Amino acid sequence: MRRQIEGARGVAESVAACRPQVVCAYPITPQTHIVEGLGVLVGTGALAGCEFVNVESEFAAMSVAIGASAAGARAYTATASQGLLFMSEALYNASGLGLPVVMTVANRAIGAPINIWNDHSDAMSQRDSGWIQLYAETSQEAIDLHVQAFRLAEEMSVPVMVCMDGFVLTHAFEPLEVPSQEDVDAFLPPFTPRQVLDPAEPVSIGAMVGPEAFTEVRYLAFHRQREALGRIPEIAADFAAAFGRDSGGLLHTYRCEDAQTIVLAMGSVLGTLKDTVDALRDEGIPIGVVGLTSFRPFPMAAVRAAVGGARTLIVLERAFSVGVGGIVSADVHMAVAGLDQRHHTVIAGLGGRPVTRVSLRRMLLDAEAGRLEPLTFLDLDRDLIDRELARVRARPRSGPAAENILRDVGVVGARPH
Amino acid sequence: MGTQEIRYFQVGSHAVGNRLLDPGQRTVQSDPERANALTCGHRACQGCGEALGARYVVDAALRATAGRLVAVNATGCLEVFSTPYPETSWQLPWLHSLFGNAPAVATGVAAALRAQGREDVRVLAQGGDGGTVDIGFGCLSGMFERDDDVLYVCYDNQGYMNTGVQRSGATPPGARTATTEAVGDAPGAPFGQGKDVPRIAMAHGVRYVATATVADLRDLEAKVERAMEVRGARYLHVLVPCPLGWGSPAALTVRIARLATQTGLFPVYEARDGEVTGVTTIRRPAPVEEYLRPQKRFAHLFSHPSGPAALARIQEAADRNIRRYGLLGDGGPS
Amino acid sequence: MMEKPFAITLDAGSSRANHTGSWRNERPGYVRNLPPCNAACPAAEDVQGWLFHAEGGDYEAAWRAIVRDNPFPAVMGRVCYHPCETACHRGHLDEAVGINAVERFLGDLAIERGWGIPVEAPASGRSVLVVGAGPSGLSAAYHLRLLGHAVEVRDAAPAAGGMMRYGIPRYRLPRPVLDAEIARIGAMGVRFALGRSVTDLAAAMAEGGHDAAFLAVGAGVGRKAHVPAGAAARIIDAVSFLHGMEDDEPPRIGRRVVVYGGGDTAVDAARTARRMGAEPVIVYRRTRQRMPAHDAEVEEALEEGILARWLSTITQVEAGEVTVERMELDAEGFPQPTGETETLAADTVILALGQDCDLALVEGLDGIEVEDGVVSVGPDMMTGRAGIFAGGDMVPAERTVTTAVGHGRSAARHVDAWLRGTAHAPAARPPAAGFDALETWYYEDAPHAMRPRLEAARRASTFDEVVSGLDETTALYEARRCLSCGNCFECDNCYGVCPDNAIVKLGPGRGYRIDLDFCKGCGICVQECPCGAMAMGPEPG
Repeated sequence: MRRQIEGARGVAESVAACRPQVVCAYPITPQTHIVEGLGVLVGTGALAGCEFVNVESEFAAMSVAIGASAAGARAYTATASQGLLFMSEALYNASGLGLPVVMTVANRAIGAPINIWNDHSDAMSQRDSGWIQLYAETSQEAIDLHVQAFRLAEEMSVPVMVCMDGFVLTHAFEPLEVPSQEDVDAFLPPFTPRQVLDPAEPVSIGAMVGPEAFTEVRYLAFHRQREALGRIPEIAADFAAAFGRDSGGLLHTYRCEDAQTIVLAMGSVLGTLKDTVDALRDEGIPIGVVGLTSFRPFPMAAVRAAVGGARTLIVLERAFSVGVGGIVSADVHMAVAGLDQRHHTVIAGLGGRPVTRVSLRRMLLDAEAGRLEPLTFLDLDRDLIDRELARVRARPRSGPAAENILRDVGVVGARPH
Repeated sequence: MGTQEIRYFQVGSHAVGNRLLDPGQRTVQSDPERANALTCGHRACQGCGEALGARYVVDAALRATAGRLVAVNATGCLEVFSTPYPETSWQLPWLHSLFGNAPAVATGVAAALRAQGREDVRVLAQGGDGGTVDIGFGCLSGMFERDDDVLYVCYDNQGYMNTGVQRSGATPPGARTATTEAVGDAPGAPFGQGKDVPRIAMAHGVRYVATATVADLRDLEAKVERAMEVRGARYLHVLVPCPLGWGSPAALTVRIARLATQTGLFPVYEARDGEVTGVTTIRRPAPVEEYLRPQKRFAHLFSHPSGPAALARIQEAADRNIRRYGLLGDGGPS
Repeated sequence: MMEKPFAITLDAGSSRANHTGSWRNERPGYVRNLPPCNAACPAAEDVQGWLFHAEGGDYEAAWRAIVRDNPFPAVMGRVCYHPCETACHRGHLDEAVGINAVERFLGDLAIERGWGIPVEAPASGRSVLVVGAGPSGLSAAYHLRLLGHAVEVRDAAPAAGGMMRYGIPRYRLPRPVLDAEIARIGAMGVRFALGRSVTDLAAAMAEGGHDAAFLAVGAGVGRKAHVPAGAAARIIDAVSFLHGMEDDEPPRIGRRVVVYGGGDTAVDAARTARRMGAEPVIVYRRTRQRMPAHDAEVEEALEEGILARWLSTITQVEAGEVTVERMELDAEGFPQPTGETETLAADTVILALGQDCDLALVEGLDGIEVEDGVVSVGPDMMTGRAGIFAGGDMVPAERTVTTAVGHGRSAARHVDAWLRGTAHAPAARPPAAGFDALETWYYEDAPHAMRPRLEAARRASTFDEVVSGLDETTALYEARRCLSCGNCFECDNCYGVCPDNAIVKLGPGRGYRIDLDFCKGCGICVQECPCGAMAMGPEPG
């Protein structure tokens, strides 16, 4: 039954249907509505048998989740941006210990400059944390991915991060269907931990491992994520069979048949991208879209199969690696190594800047025309950059470049020094 | 305090055991069937106070909970020397996560147990002073104020010993560490710094707070037992001399802990709901020099020109403790 | 079984595979040192050993541990001057353990319960004559019987006990106690020939068919010092006076009595006189500090109202009075006459200036040497004449009941060896248990349990025992004050304080074992051993 609800609310209800036993809450925009919603569900008794812990930081949130999971409880938390970074040490620990925590990341930029709006810098920064990262295209997919995430995490003993774009998905009201408790119960068995703190069978979890075995331990983590590549589509298929929705999986292709150009992207920007591609298809330009759901593990073979037929491959990213360029691109390029393709990386939508159909259309037409640079920052205000660079060259001065730029663009409150 | 109830004039209240005591009155450590929660083969240095303290505490907690106990451990010496792959010395369910998150991990374990209706299993978190008073302090404070059902035990050896003896917020003034070297005009750790975490715990209104040392087993065990009688947040701060970091002979570990208490430098007390409710009084008062001299970390106090003034300040601190807690049994909160 | 992740999760207790004993460069071990009480006991009692049993409330075992060495616990508990307590390390902490009181408690309990001593050794077929039924002779007889020999004890007195009966007043040693302990020796098959002095030793041995003899004649003859005296002066020696107290008719001494001398016998005489209604004054030529009498005895005497004039000598005795000259100490601390005199009223003067043995029985015996009124013996207590041994007051040594008992024990072993054609070599003494090796922190502060005393006024007029015994609770308390210097008493401290769990507790009475697989040699166990029963030693090889 579809209801007109906020994305965050839908996720809260979906998580609740997964019967988490410990939920750790620490506020950070734009995630906060999710844990607020869960707090209400626990408080009212709608979510029974769940401990809702108001912690003092994201570091504590993940740490509480680690303890809870090691004690055999299904553990959940949500965060974003700075909060994800603050728990970074614990993220590596949770995955290293093989604890199947599920976490929502309401994707948001990372400061400085501080910015509460959406991009993928936060989740990308934890690319190597050992977590599975699934990116939702829509709020509905976010809702569905959580149900799959618990099953995947617990089957594989690997923590899973469900990434959904902050504000764009978390705060949007739309008709959404939350899976029913009965259906979720049928889909998601109770948590049977692989290892657990139990006086009946005492073990030491979290040993120190030296050079003699560290490589093997890490390889096994790698191996497990590769195994997950097989399970992710199977679980998505099970989900589709049970719930009737095609959510999750490794990736989705859209109008890729006979496409000469394929754009690969993750998250909510796929909607705008598909609309743009529809228009260009109508104009006879053979463009397709690949929506990548599973960034970690990275589905090399599936990506190669999906984009291998295109002459031009554009990776559209909501984050980038300063000093290099694309982050997702690097993996995609490895997947298509040896193919005769032109490759472009387009960095778009940083810190909440809207990615418009107009801009995407212009970029795609540039690509068709062979005018697109290998690395492009979409809608970059080139004049502003040039002025700043010229001034820096002319009069080197101290202070954050960010303030200087804001002053140049006339933002109130940015005073001259 | 309960430790005073047994008066047995031979080695009565003070030694580990006594062949003549009723078994019910004997210490956990005297039991030939004791748990040895931290068993042989661990890689702690010779004479390690922390290894001793941890076994004392965890064995006592195991007895108090009839074996229904889970331990969470912060990174540090205790963790490193007890669990290098492929061997662990622990004989109870034990979890190590990170340096600074043991209190939060323990909160998670307790929450999980509650959610699963397994509240008969109790949770003990433990760490060194670095993991407790410094890097783990945020999580500790959070655990305290939420009144989570965790007994947190700090094994205080007054520095970052695992990383090579650096200063922590628990390093005493005057002590040489690798980051407060005995150089310059005021050698050793500065005066006027450092935290008193037991009192900070009391300020949180923590239900049960106690200090103890490895030199007084009965006192320590009684405190663990009392702590386990309480639900909610509890804090136990145990002084554990470190032969490596303190530059003291391995054989003197217990003796030096005892001198720390008898000089008044380490007050031994317990508090409930923020109020001191019991003090272990000094039996054999000693000047601070007697405690400081056997420790190389204080050697400069006896050779550097600033030594006499520093010694006077340390003695003042001891005297202040003695007054504040009534450690000579002449009034005070006991 | 859970499916444990490789390397991250480990099986409980698996570190026992890591033998940290290889780190060690010194190893701890248990020692057995000689405690000061044992070292000081003239009767060679294993004081610490029997206290150990008493601490546990096994009084019979404690008593049996005493009588292995000394057949007179009840007597000892009354008359021994307890050098063990003087030596006791507990004295450095608070007060010495009341060993003597506990011994008396055990001795009295044995009498009350009628504990006997079986002779288990097979009969040797040899026979020994013991001359003198005092503490030394009785002790020798007792031990010789335990070793399987036939024993005959002869004494000139009508009752056995020697100086215990004829020298020690009843208020210090009630006769039923003495009788009971002597009777127990009799019950072991020792034959007594009382009222029969030995004047011809060879004849006596031949008559009894004895293979060896132990001579143990007490110092029962008061030393006659020259004191100028008028014809009517009444002067008696203290030994005769005390001996006379055992007669049907006690000696008459009048009201005003002067006791001359500063030893235990002088004090015994004065206190006995006090109990006969007299008002004794002790006159002694040196200071109180120099009195050879045991201080507790002097203290009790003074409490009973006995007066004392120190730094005084008697220069003249007449009927009803004595002249006393005041002395003063010279630079070397010796008393010198001052010429100042005064007169004291005195119906009787009791001289307590020392005692001698009657050595008539050895006069003219080949090989037996007498020097300074005592018989010379070798380290084996044998005189110069083969098969003739001597001990107690007869040989050069301190003249106390306890020393005499020790002589008897030692002589019995030598006699036994001699009879068997071997030599008795006493076990080598272990190293002394020093006070510095103790970690006294662990001992609870506990004061000495004072023996309750009779009211001084009451005791002055009766011959009831002055010092009464401990009740069981107090005796137990007192026994448990023992520090067990130098020997393990199973306090579990080593077992507890080892950071490596490298001490194995073997169970009650069996002590501990060091698990060298894991002991890192830190030495905390040695440092924290309360009683100094552990020491570090080198690694072999």
